[in-house]
Amino acid sequence: MADLTTNFIGITSPNPFWLASAPPTDKEYNVRRAFEAGWGGVVWKTLGEPGPPVVNVNGPRYGAIWGADRRLLGLNNIELITDRDLQTNLEEITRVKADYPDRAIIVSIMVPCEEESWKTILPLVEATGADGIELNFGCPHGMSERGMGAAVGQVPEYIQMVTEWCKKYYSKPVIVKLTPNITDIRYPARAAHAGGADAVSLINTVSSIISVDLDTLSPEPSIDGKGSHGGYCGPAVKPIALNMVSQIARDADCGGTPISGIGGVTTWRDAAEFMVLGAGNVQVCTAAMTYGFKVVQEMISGLSQWMDEKGYASTADFVGSAVPNVTEWQFLNLNYVTKAQIDQEACIKCGRCYAACEDTSHQAISMSADRVFEVIDEECVACNLCVNVCPVEDCITMVELDQGATDPRTGRKVGEYANWTTHPNNPGALKAAE
Amino acid sequence: MSNSPTTPGLAAGRLAPAVLAENFTDLHPALDRHEAQVAADRCYFCHDAPCMTACPTSIDIPLFIRQIATGTAEAAARTIFDQNILGGICARVCPTETLCEEACVRMEAEGAPVEIGRLQRHATDRLMARNDHPYQRAAETGKRVAVVGAGPAGLACAHRLAMKGHQVVIYDSHPKPGGLNEYGIAAYKSTEDFAQAEVNWLLGIGGITVETGRALGSDLTLAGLQQEYDALFLAIGLAGVNALSVPGDDLATDAVSFISDLRQASDLDNLPVGRHVVVIGGGMTAVDAAVQSRLLGAENVTLAYRRGPEQMAASQFERDLAASNGVRILTNVRPVALHGDAGLREVELEHTSTADGTLRGTGETFRLPVDQLFSAIGQTLQGAPEGLEIDGGKIRVDATGRSTLPGIWAGGDCASGGEDLTVTAVAEGRDAAEDIHRALIHDSEGNLLLLQTTGGRSDG
Repeated sequence: MADLTTNFIGITSPNPFWLASAPPTDKEYNVRRAFEAGWGGVVWKTLGEPGPPVVNVNGPRYGAIWGADRRLLGLNNIELITDRDLQTNLEEITRVKADYPDRAIIVSIMVPCEEESWKTILPLVEATGADGIELNFGCPHGMSERGMGAAVGQVPEYIQMVTEWCKKYYSKPVIVKLTPNITDIRYPARAAHAGGADAVSLINTVSSIISVDLDTLSPEPSIDGKGSHGGYCGPAVKPIALNMVSQIARDADCGGTPISGIGGVTTWRDAAEFMVLGAGNVQVCTAAMTYGFKVVQEMISGLSQWMDEKGYASTADFVGSAVPNVTEWQFLNLNYVTKAQIDQEACIKCGRCYAACEDTSHQAISMSADRVFEVIDEECVACNLCVNVCPVEDCITMVELDQGATDPRTGRKVGEYANWTTHPNNPGALKAAE
Repeated sequence: MSNSPTTPGLAAGRLAPAVLAENFTDLHPALDRHEAQVAADRCYFCHDAPCMTACPTSIDIPLFIRQIATGTAEAAARTIFDQNILGGICARVCPTETLCEEACVRMEAEGAPVEIGRLQRHATDRLMARNDHPYQRAAETGKRVAVVGAGPAGLACAHRLAMKGHQVVIYDSHPKPGGLNEYGIAAYKSTEDFAQAEVNWLLGIGGITVETGRALGSDLTLAGLQQEYDALFLAIGLAGVNALSVPGDDLATDAVSFISDLRQASDLDNLPVGRHVVVIGGGMTAVDAAVQSRLLGAENVTLAYRRGPEQMAASQFERDLAASNGVRILTNVRPVALHGDAGLREVELEHTSTADGTLRGTGETFRLPVDQLFSAIGQTLQGAPEGLEIDGGKIRVDATGRSTLPGIWAGGDCASGGEDLTVTAVAEGRDAAEDIHRALIHDSEGNLLLLQTTGGRSDG
């Protein structure tokens, strides 16, 4: 079995699965249960300033969207940072770290954007023996209105400034957690890098209103008939997170800053996808909140089996291996021609491919009286919609035309690699040629 | 309790009342909201869905299931009732395993269809629980139509005609309306007096009068009805039963009467059943009689069918139901004699084989002890008025339900075409109503006689 031991910015954990800073890591009791279940590390729920802790609402703090059979696809929350006393948290962190020296414990922190605040809390955190800190610049609700969380994460200059303070007053690794509620994720990542961050972690939750109660007309979760935007997470946000992780991994100005991938990791596959796109490890929250801590066991066995199958000895062997395959649209090969092909043996004749293609696409699937569905190559633009709506896995596949073959749709022969930058229809390309 | 399954001869009260009650509860209990949600999630919303094509009433199944899935079971029920006003009973008695559910693409995918029948019941139950009828009548047309037979075909026809603004009178020979829904199906398929509740709900449309205890041939004549009404729809079912025609067949009981008696029994504890029961036949009626005999406490129940299992009219589901209830199914055997001096003692059966499509006895016979023998070898048209053309033992009708006599339509089991199923009867009644309506509002040249207000859903 592959060794899942992961070294992330000098912090070793028995596997790359950490629990993200969130409700599951708010207390010693939970964190001990997590470690017993097998989690490689935790990012302790965000600590705030000394003094009276923040308070949470006393009504519901989560809302959800569901897929078929009420599978939870997305969760949103209006919970704030820890509402427990700072000293209690620090004592618990100290005890747990002492008892689990092989696990990673990172402490998430959010205090006001004043040097004094950071100078005060950092030595206290350092004294716990935790392995590093994560700066919560991402929380989109509650704290951001007070000038913290996402309010900092949306201003690159603040990120750099606070990161520099942390590097000044704290000796161990500093991870900067980024908010996705920004136009271009590379700017805050570059700022973190410029400030000396050891790594970035992303994404924090996405600003969201998850649903509206159509009887009371209150957004959910409803607090006395009113709702507020929350932070969206879970499987639904994974595509957003994957993109942002890959953007940072590919950005020269981010200087190869290590990335801790967060956002909808639910299975070992999700974790592997984050990691091949450049994440050195992953952080998980919603999956644990949905299914309990035991899910990590599937993540461990699944990743391990996949690594064995692929011949990877350690996670470092594949981290970032898909990054070179992420490119811009303009460099995609326009001479890569495929056609949908329906496996008649596998087809259950639901006709969804037909409805999708006929109603909303290119009228490239025919339907016979006895419900045989066939692709019309002359019309098929290879959009893949039929593959996506087909309920049977691998029933419809996209088959590549060989070079030199004639595309029945265009009547043209399939040529060698050529992209938009040199395409005759591209005004930019024509100009360059002149 | 004095009697038990092994009490010799015919005896009532073979099982404790609580056991009897349990035995005759719903065969397919209603899905609760959560179960319906889970079941609905499995529907793929197929294009031009095969289930819909397989349904004799062409209910838009993917649409109604999506309506359930999105939390609007009442809208789902309206989708069902638009096509099949008896969608409630059909959800209970339809052999879905040979209709919509057999066609479900999930059968292809994983051998387990979407539970269309139970979802239909969930939706229809929900809407029917609201004490308002979901359809309203068009303005009175002044036209009057007589419907003979208050079974599924007659009721469906009457409802559609009433909705279009015609006045309808339904005549039925039985004390209660409902036809086979009331008298002819197993008790565990229509519990809690559902058939009567459904008729009452259906009549909520208004414009329909039901006259029970009135049969064609006694005080009703074809000529009289033709004179009194603008159109006539015959839905008289198959009132006759085939006789066994073997020595001693006067010792047999017809299964139809047994099923009817059981349905009408106020106390199953008083209903006698044999210790040894044999049912002759291979259709739904045979299975209903056999299974219910077991459920009443008969010790041994044997179903004997003259051909092979693949020729049985009862579906695989029905046969499995019989087997799981402890009914022994014998195939390729036929009765040759019933024996007994003072009451039935034995049935003599002969093995059969089929060669060149002809069924023959092999000459090898055996005897089974029997206290009660039910004959379920088919029903026949009885009491069809003179002058109507009969085709294969049924009133000949065209695709719109028109008989060979002008002004007379027919549908349901008594009419030619289609399987003898509740759902088919509903479709025929509904379609005949549409054709009757067309005929009533046009003159012989096809000119529109009546300007119609549209009847339809109460909610517009």
